[in-house]
Amino acid sequence: MISLAGRDILQSWSKFVLTGIGLGLLIGVTLTMAGVYRGMVDDAKVLLNNSGADLWVVQQDTQGPYAESSSLRDDVYRALLGLPGVARAANVTYLTMQVRQGDTDVRAMVVGFEPGQPGEPGYLVAGRHITRNHYEAVADIKTGFQLGDTIRIRRHDYHVVGLTRRMVSSGGDPMVFIPLKDAQEAQFLKDNDAILNERARTAANPSLNRAGVPGLLEAIQSSQNANRNVNAVLVQIAPGATAEAVAQEVRRWKHLQAFTRVQMEEILIAKLIATSARQIGMFLVILAVVSAAIVAFIIYTMTLGKIREIAVLKLIGTRNRTIASMILQQALGLGFIGFLVGKTAATVWAPFFPKFVLLESGDTMRGFVAVMAICALASTLAIRAALRVDPATAIGG
Amino acid sequence: MPGMGFGIRIEGLSKRYGEGDTAVDALKDVNMTVAPGEVVGLIGPSGSGKSTLLKCLGAVIEPTAGKMTVGDEVIFDNGWKITDLRALRRDRIGFVFQAPYLIPFLDVTDNVALLPMLAGRSNGDSRKRAKELLEALDVGHRAQAQPSQLSGGEQQRVAIARALANQPPVILADEPTAPLDSERALAVVRILNDMARQFQTAIIVVTHDEKIIPTFKRIYHIRDGKTYEEAGQALH
Ligand SMILES: Nc1ncnc2c1ncn2[C@@H]1O[C@H](COP(=O)(O)OP(=O)(O)OP(=O)(O)O)[C@@H](O)[C@H]1O
Ligand SMILES: [Mg+2]
Repeated sequence: MISLAGRDILQSWSKFVLTGIGLGLLIGVTLTMAGVYRGMVDDAKVLLNNSGADLWVVQQDTQGPYAESSSLRDDVYRALLGLPGVARAANVTYLTMQVRQGDTDVRAMVVGFEPGQPGEPGYLVAGRHITRNHYEAVADIKTGFQLGDTIRIRRHDYHVVGLTRRMVSSGGDPMVFIPLKDAQEAQFLKDNDAILNERARTAANPSLNRAGVPGLLEAIQSSQNANRNVNAVLVQIAPGATAEAVAQEVRRWKHLQAFTRVQMEEILIAKLIATSARQIGMFLVILAVVSAAIVAFIIYTMTLGKIREIAVLKLIGTRNRTIASMILQQALGLGFIGFLVGKTAATVWAPFFPKFVLLESGDTMRGFVAVMAICALASTLAIRAALRVDPATAIGG
Repeated sequence: MPGMGFGIRIEGLSKRYGEGDTAVDALKDVNMTVAPGEVVGLIGPSGSGKSTLLKCLGAVIEPTAGKMTVGDEVIFDNGWKITDLRALRRDRIGFVFQAPYLIPFLDVTDNVALLPMLAGRSNGDSRKRAKELLEALDVGHRAQAQPSQLSGGEQQRVAIARALANQPPVILADEPTAPLDSERALAVVRILNDMARQFQTAIIVVTHDEKIIPTFKRIYHIRDGKTYEEAGQALH
C-alpha cells in the first residue's frame, strides 16, 4: 500500500510547507515563552548559587532582600558570627537603580559586598576582583560595560575592573558589584541639601539643641547622617551544622528573619516570579488554542477540498480507517514541519532576547508531544467530515 | 468467468426513498440480466431511476426489495446476503463515471494500482497489473504522468483501467462518454466492448448519448422505475 497522505503532501508541498512555516513561527513563540519562564527560574538559582550563602538573614517580618525591602544595622553580622554553627557572615546591600554609562543610563542592581566574603561575585569572565575599598566595580556583561569603563553611581565614578556573566536580579537587571561602604553610601546617604536641611531642623529643635549641653547637637547630627544599614547578612554554615538549625537560632535570639537556601528558592520562584509564571502560562494556553484552531481549520479546509476524491476512494473500497489515517498523518505532518520550524526559530532568536531564555530539552520534548497531540485533536473535525462522506455521491444523481 | 451463467441478474428490484407522504418509488420492478462479456445500454429519461439502479447494484444504497446476483453469488435477496459491502465494491464491481474522478495526488499508474493495493496485493504486483492495463488501453506511455496532465479522453481510459484493475465480474458505467466528442466516445465504447470480451466482464452503460446508443446489442429502457428490454440496433 502506498501512503496516500505522503502523496498528497508531495503533490501540494508548497502549500503544506508555507502553512507549516506559519504554524512553526507560532510554535517558536510558544517554545520561547516557556524558555523565558525557565530562564527566570534559572536566573534565580544562579543568583542564589553565586552568592555563596547558606542562610539569608534579613529584617524581621520581611521576605527580603530580593522580594521585599529589608534593612538591618551593619553590626548585626558580628552578633551572628557569635552563634554556634556560623562560619562566616557578611553584609550585603542591594539597590536597583539607573547607573550612568557615558551619556545614557542602564538599569542595574547595584550590589555592595565585602571583598573575600559571601556575596562576592563568583566567576569572572574577564579582569579581576575588587581589591580596593572604594570606587572599583565588577559589572555583568549584560550591562554593556567593558573593562576600564567608568560607571557613575550617584556622586561617584567607579572603575570597571572585572566582568561577570549570568549575574542578574530576579527582575532580570544585570548586577554591578561595588565595595560595601560605597554601596551603603549610595543607598542611604542623603544629598548635601538634605543634610543641611536636616541639620538646621535638628538645631531648631530645643529638645535636641539644649542650651548648656555642649556637644549634644553635633553628636546627634553626626549620628543622623551615619549610614549604618545594610539589606541582608549572608551567612555560611560551619561544617556539621545544619542551615535550618542555625536559622531557628537566629529567629529566636536575634529577632531577625533567616531563610535557608531552599526557602529562598521558594520565595524567588514560587512568590516573586509566580505572577510572571501565570502570565506566561496564560500565553501558553492561548497559543496552544490558536495553534489547534489553525491546524484544525487548515486540515478541515484541505479535506473539504477533497470530498469528491474521498467519495471515490470510499466507493472503490477504501477503508474508513485508511481515510482517517490519511487525514491524521497530514495533520501530524503539518505539526512536524511546524515543530521543526518553531524549534529552529526559537533557537535562532533566543540569544537576542534581553532576558535569559533557557530552551530546555525537556520542554522541547513536551512541546513536541503537545504539538502532535494538538494536531491529532485538531484533525478529528476533518476526519469526522470525511467519514460522513457518502460513497453514493461519487456515482452522482 | 465463462460458463458461470450470468454476470448480473436483477429480479423484481424496487427502491423507495423516504417514508409516508414524501416517499419516492424510484425503482418499482426492475428486471435485467447481463451475460459475462456483454455490454448492455440502460436508457431512460431524467428521474427514471438509472442512477438509483447503479447505486443499488454498486452496494452504496440498500434496495427495498428484490434480488440481485453478481457472478454466481446472490448479493441481495430482500436484504444484503453478504456482510462486507466495501470488499464487494472493491473486488467485484468496477465503476466508471461521467467524469474520470482520478485521485489528483497519485500518478496515472498508482491511480490504477491503488485498487489491487487496497485488495491486499503487493505494490510491485499492483503496478505491474496497472501498467498492463494502461498498455491495453493505449495510455501506457502516460503511466508516469499526473492525472491533470492528461487529456479528457486519456483520463477516461485511465478511469476504465482503474475499473478493470481488480478484474471485477461487473462494471457499472454512468454516462462515461458525456464529456467526449463522438470519435472519442465511440473509442471508449469500443474499449468497453473489447474489455468485456477479453475479461468476461458484464458491463452496464447508463447513457443519454445518441452517438453510442446504436453500438449496443441489447438495450434496457427504464421509465418510472420499470425496465423494458429491447434488442439493440447493433449487428450481431
Ligand atoms: N436520495 C434521494 N432521496 C429521495 N429521492 C431521490 C433520491 N435520489 C433520487 N431520488 C428520486 O428518485 C428518482 C430517480 O432518481 P435517479 O437519480 O435514479 O434518476 P436518473 O434516472 O439517474 O436521472 P438523471 O438522468 O437525471 O440522472 C427521482 O424522482 C429522484 O428525485
Ligand atoms: Mg442519474
